[in-house]
Amino acid sequence: MTTVFHFFFVPLSIGLAFTVTVMETLYVAKRKYIYKRMAQFWGKIFLLSFAVGVVTGIIQEFQFGMNWSNYSRFMGDIFGAPLAIEALLAFFMESTFIGVWMFTWNRFKPGVHVIFIWLTWLGSTVSAIWILAANSFMQNPVGFGINKKTGHAEMTNFAAVISNPQLWREFPHIATGALMLGGMVVVGMSAFGFMHKNADRAFFTRSIRVGAIIALIGSILVIITGDLQTLEIIKDQPMKFAATEGIYEDLKSPAPWMVVGFMNEGSHTAAGLEIPGMLSLLAFHKLYGGTIQGMNTLNQQFLGERGKIIKNGIEHPEISNYYVPANVLFWSFRFMAAVGFAVLILAICVLWFTRASKNTLADSRWKLWVLGVCTYLPFIGTTGGWLITELGRYPWIVYGLQTIADAVSPTATVTSLLITNIVYFLLFCLMGGVMIFYSRRVLHQGPEPDVEGSAQTATAGAHVGAHAANRKVALA
Amino acid sequence: MTEFLAKPLIDGNNFLQLLWFFVIALVFAIFLFLDGIDFGVGMATRVLAHNGDERALYMRAVGPHWDGNEVWLITGGGAMFASFPLWYASLFSGYYLLLFIVLVGLILRGVSFEFAAHAITDRERNVWQWANFAGSVIAPFGLGMMLTSVIQGVPMDAQGNVHAGFFDVVNLLSIVGGVAVVFFSFLHGLHFLSLKLDEATSERMLNTSKKTYWIAYPALVIFVILAFIFTDFYQRRTKSTLLITVVILAATICGHLAAYKKRGGFAFLASGVTLAGIIAFIFNGLFPNVMIATDPSKSLAVSTASSSQYTLEIMTIVLCCLLPIVLIYFSWSYFIQRKRLLTDNSPEAIKAALAE
Repeated sequence: MTTVFHFFFVPLSIGLAFTVTVMETLYVAKRKYIYKRMAQFWGKIFLLSFAVGVVTGIIQEFQFGMNWSNYSRFMGDIFGAPLAIEALLAFFMESTFIGVWMFTWNRFKPGVHVIFIWLTWLGSTVSAIWILAANSFMQNPVGFGINKKTGHAEMTNFAAVISNPQLWREFPHIATGALMLGGMVVVGMSAFGFMHKNADRAFFTRSIRVGAIIALIGSILVIITGDLQTLEIIKDQPMKFAATEGIYEDLKSPAPWMVVGFMNEGSHTAAGLEIPGMLSLLAFHKLYGGTIQGMNTLNQQFLGERGKIIKNGIEHPEISNYYVPANVLFWSFRFMAAVGFAVLILAICVLWFTRASKNTLADSRWKLWVLGVCTYLPFIGTTGGWLITELGRYPWIVYGLQTIADAVSPTATVTSLLITNIVYFLLFCLMGGVMIFYSRRVLHQGPEPDVEGSAQTATAGAHVGAHAANRKVALA
Repeated sequence: MTEFLAKPLIDGNNFLQLLWFFVIALVFAIFLFLDGIDFGVGMATRVLAHNGDERALYMRAVGPHWDGNEVWLITGGGAMFASFPLWYASLFSGYYLLLFIVLVGLILRGVSFEFAAHAITDRERNVWQWANFAGSVIAPFGLGMMLTSVIQGVPMDAQGNVHAGFFDVVNLLSIVGGVAVVFFSFLHGLHFLSLKLDEATSERMLNTSKKTYWIAYPALVIFVILAFIFTDFYQRRTKSTLLITVVILAATICGHLAAYKKRGGFAFLASGVTLAGIIAFIFNGLFPNVMIATDPSKSLAVSTASSSQYTLEIMTIVLCCLLPIVLIYFSWSYFIQRKRLLTDNSPEAIKAALAE
């Protein structure tokens, strides 16, 4: 749960950081004041998401030890290193420069100030690399050996760990997904911004166009990288792939593609609407050649290779086979892919409707509503992707090495897990709610007025939290 | 080179294991030194500030830094995970609920800065300022409790699973330890604010600090006495423990004197040394173990809890490359924000501020 919630905010932070970076860079390049106002305005939303992202990230780090102590013992030798490097290389950079960026708008020349947001974005992106390096190991363990004496995994080849092919398929997909998400959030929120009666049209038009361009490029890249990643997954984690496509029995090419369907996880059969030959095209980019293994075959194969999963001499009935939650994966994949293409189409539409010669978007309320609601769309996509990644390796926590059941802390009691999960859940709801509430309010207040002097005064006041004009505090 | 790295030096620990034990102690010491500021400032918002605007100003004083300061905790956790995974696993799973409370404190505090800045009405802003205060008390108290209950020895099985009962975590020493950390964080925050705010406020800070020291002394002395009774630090590691105790006491007295003499800078350094000294005291006492079990044969030692030599080597290379860079820009971020904040509402002051 923490992971999913945290994963709402990570791509949001990265994506918004990038959007703000682009806006401020435009300001530096074109010296038009509107871009500075854009960077500052969307910067506020970025800071809100960053604040929530950071605190959930802290929980995340400590939960490995708290809830997954056996996992930490088994894997710490390999898993800890990327995390520590992430803190040193990326997290410091991100949080130091975001502090500098926030408070030095009037202290540095625009050309210098923009560097700080670039570094913030770079920090957040680099941090994603290292986290994914750790995660990729869980998907596809490389560069390690098992210490016979302790039974723990030990790193033997650091270069192999960071050049894990899984990582370099996963990272571009997630990084570009974040760009798409950041762009789309700006598009959607701008749409809501237009609807407000005193909306600053020029401002939101410029914003929505920048957002749409980023979302467009992001969505094209995310589709390409997603495709590349799938090719890798077919090789490394065939079970995951079979589940995302709902395949129980082996398929010979040309294999049909199930558009929608339902998997009976008890009897291991699937039924749905199929397009003949399509899957071979999607998976191998050709009609003939290559068989796709189904989950039944793979399960038999895993049982043959590794036997039933046994812990403390007892067979675990719930994990005595290697099936993954097929329905969740199947639908997650469809939602994720649909979101990618939907954003692509939406972004093109936005660019078309706001073209300089005939800008009609702001007058069409239904279009704005559609776009506004679509703010939430990419979050469905990223969550879907995350579910595929994490549930697709079931029952393994580290693919082929340690099961989820073996990884948990033996000392954590059911009561304490229950209490902490309830509290976390309430806290997350609260933070998410407040975050959306304040984002909406920032949007309704609109950007700072387009007068250079007064805008800056207002910013100086805003820094100490005094939005109301009567309690402005000057800060040197 | 490799021969030297693998050779046992002290108590069967080789150079890299010793180095990483030291690095983790150092990172936690830096963390307490820096985040002590934020905790203390958070406490001052309720104890000293007269109104919401003043509270906002205090929070603004740490606004650019709290985030970076907290990263030291994350780095400490990450470094521990990488270099002593067994320690990390035992400690954090064993102190599950306490750590959870600390995390809730850190969450409340973390979001409060941004949320308070977005509040419109005074009442709304007050909610987040309370959240900041609550987090600033809960987090250091919980961390202090955790650190001091660890040193008394905890019930641990052969796999390193800690089965800590309520009274293993909450007892006389750990409560005093928690209180001591809270008090010294408060003092540290006051001293920081005395450097960041205008002269009149600065004077108020140091006056409060002067009085608070008189409460902090008993906490410290009781802590030392209890540590003498409940831990084997003074018996097992007599010289170094005594030395650190003397340093902590001396720093405390120096801080107090500096507060009397209105020397905010010295007071700040001194209270920081006290906080870092508490970490030094604990880590020095733990060595050569990282977790002391009630049954000494099950204690987790530096040498057994560490990760493989290869991982340590990689991590050492990474550390040597990155830490200097981090330190440079981290100090730079403090340097550019070194100016005092003014509380002047006149248009001239605003203009002057913007002219910077």
